Amino acid sequence: MNEILLQGGLVVDPATGREAKGDVLIRDGKIADGKAGKSAAVVKVEGLVVTAGLIDPHVHLREPGQSAKETMATGTAAAVAGGFTSVIAMPNTSPVADGPNTIAWMKQRAKETGVAHVFPTGTISLGQKGEQLAPIGSLRQAGVVAITDDGHCIQSAELMRRALEYARMFDLPVLDHCEDRSLSAGGVVNEGKWSRILGLPAWPGIAEEVIVSRNVLLAELTGARVVCQHISTAGSVRILREAKKRGILIEGEASPHHLTLTDDRVEGYDTSFKMNPPLRTAADVAELRRGVVDGTIRFLATDHAPHCTYEKEVEFDQAPFGVVGLETALGIYLTELVHSGLMPLREVLGRMSMFPSTYFGLGRGTLAVGAIADVTVLDPERKWVVKKEEFKSLGRNTPFEERELKGRAVLTIVDGKIRHDLDGRSVGA
Amino acid sequence: MSGVWQRKDLLSLRELSAEEIGKVLSTATVFKEILGRPIKKVPSMQGRTVVNLFIEPSTRTRISFELAAIRLSADVVSLDKETSSIRKGESLQDTAKNLEALQAGTIVIRHRSAGAAHFLAQRLKASVINAGDGSHEHPTQGLLDTFTIRERLGKIEGVKVLIIGDIVHSRVARSNLWALTKLGAKVKLVGPSTLLPKEFAELGVEVAHTLDGALEEADVINLLRIQHERQVQARVPSIGEYATLFGLNMQRFQRCKPGVLLMHPGPIHRGVEIASELADGAQSVILDQVTNGLAVRMAVLYLVSGGKGLGGES
Repeated sequence: MNEILLQGGLVVDPATGREAKGDVLIRDGKIADGKAGKSAAVVKVEGLVVTAGLIDPHVHLREPGQSAKETMATGTAAAVAGGFTSVIAMPNTSPVADGPNTIAWMKQRAKETGVAHVFPTGTISLGQKGEQLAPIGSLRQAGVVAITDDGHCIQSAELMRRALEYARMFDLPVLDHCEDRSLSAGGVVNEGKWSRILGLPAWPGIAEEVIVSRNVLLAELTGARVVCQHISTAGSVRILREAKKRGILIEGEASPHHLTLTDDRVEGYDTSFKMNPPLRTAADVAELRRGVVDGTIRFLATDHAPHCTYEKEVEFDQAPFGVVGLETALGIYLTELVHSGLMPLREVLGRMSMFPSTYFGLGRGTLAVGAIADVTVLDPERKWVVKKEEFKSLGRNTPFEERELKGRAVLTIVDGKIRHDLDGRSVGA
Repeated sequence: MSGVWQRKDLLSLRELSAEEIGKVLSTATVFKEILGRPIKKVPSMQGRTVVNLFIEPSTRTRISFELAAIRLSADVVSLDKETSSIRKGESLQDTAKNLEALQAGTIVIRHRSAGAAHFLAQRLKASVINAGDGSHEHPTQGLLDTFTIRERLGKIEGVKVLIIGDIVHSRVARSNLWALTKLGAKVKLVGPSTLLPKEFAELGVEVAHTLDGALEEADVINLLRIQHERQVQARVPSIGEYATLFGLNMQRFQRCKPGVLLMHPGPIHRGVEIASELADGAQSVILDQVTNGLAVRMAVLYLVSGGKGLGGES
């Protein structure tokens, strides 16, 4: 019998409504009740918050094929360091995850080398080319939790319609990176004052909003479950808000950078601020925050997208899109949503565990007795400064370097095993 | 370093103060006088190396920089995409670091990516001069245009400058608007709404989509080159329609002030942006711009390399 007793923390479990000081007992990888045995490892967590392990619905682990950027091992190490016990992995690997063999390989690789749970997604179209459907049924059988063409938004409304109709058979969520490529037209920064000053190709908000609108209509038509990923504009928030009011099964996803940073940050042509969609204006950030608070946007993701430093150290328009996020997201969300007074802690934690677990059917997201022992212990008051050189991720491409944050994961437990222990409080326990 | 000029690089005019722009112009005045002498060479950059790294093709600007460096007695080497290892897939960073390892003190860069000059300047100890980066800026063009206006009209303050054309893709327009507005000119941009987005109005200039009312009040008209490349094709129906709506023809010229200055950064499309007779006419200062470009580029090379060796000029 293997027991860990997390003693004296504030237990916050939105799934059961528990929010009180108390202990959490883990026995053989499950949340247990009763008394801890004499041999239990007792970890004192007074003054800390104990909650269900966090789940990130949008990460890029880069394996197979791009292991110079990230691997299952380093990506999941970054996850647990950031308080995440589960991640949903995007399929834009090399080869792309458009068939059951790749999914099987990913699951095996994650089991052998990962320290957090990895839930793969498959593509919508073969080769992410947007031309014909991937074998979605076989992908489902291989265990994908959603389908998405990720950065390659399906441009054909007809193909997207068929994908939603088809996915609906399996009740499989469809995640869409919303970008009308005829409108974004090679743009790399938000269309606005800063794209004009800097002379960089512009990616207008309307390119996102056109696809969000399309997805709303197609979700309504087909009854499929659709997530509009990393929403970046005020217009998209308003479209989603109206759609949700009408009961359409569509969700929005936020990222830490779109919720905190604006397009003036690209002034020095620093590619750490280059991501897709691009950073927008203060008015967009304000509306995104309103959308998160009122539940229009329920997913709090990272879009963790590691790249090699040499790949990012090029001319701005030549650099790949994307920033890392696993190790900073919790700090950002606590600082910007909880400490700023916008949302209560339990609501943010629920959005980061119970909600994605329920939506994707992951069977996690709670500290109820008998649940899988994925647990995150965090210090919501802990002040710290982001230092990219300390990341477990291979990616150093963060837009938050040197930012002071309040709130950090100090202990992360996956399947009852301690995978991250910032202060060494379990040592000798 | 010489007084108000403390910069190692010249990357954009947006980041310069009016005093710094004034310093370049006054230094260029000295060099223009030297260029009028029988012996046009000064020893200011003797023993120094200038590398022209022209990743995007250019003839006029490259030759102007080459001559400017030669007149300053610098050793000058020019590379283009074909002769540099960039063609073999070498990154800009590696190319530049190699040039620095060869002890190039000044790198003049022309590149199709906006921000390429900033990219180099952030990474190199060498001085970097932006000779045009994508649609961002072309600082020496903005300076030579400003120099030419001041030379002809005696001032910049209060002068009404009209810039016509494909503004959104124009680095010349951007550099001009910064230099001119900082020195007190009133700048108006005119072009088709698809090539002149509304956000330009946030940059301290007036924006319009018709020449009516603009021609009559302008002291200076700067006509930008319009290229019907892929990015422009979706935005204007044809060059012919552009010329009809925005070209400076003889009829429109009749509405201009008698002493108006006609400018063009070149190469010109006769009969498109400007009527051929006007390009060669008495009000045209297009070739003065080219001559002044040499003096301005000498001034910039001189200032970024520390500004020594010109006797009284410090």
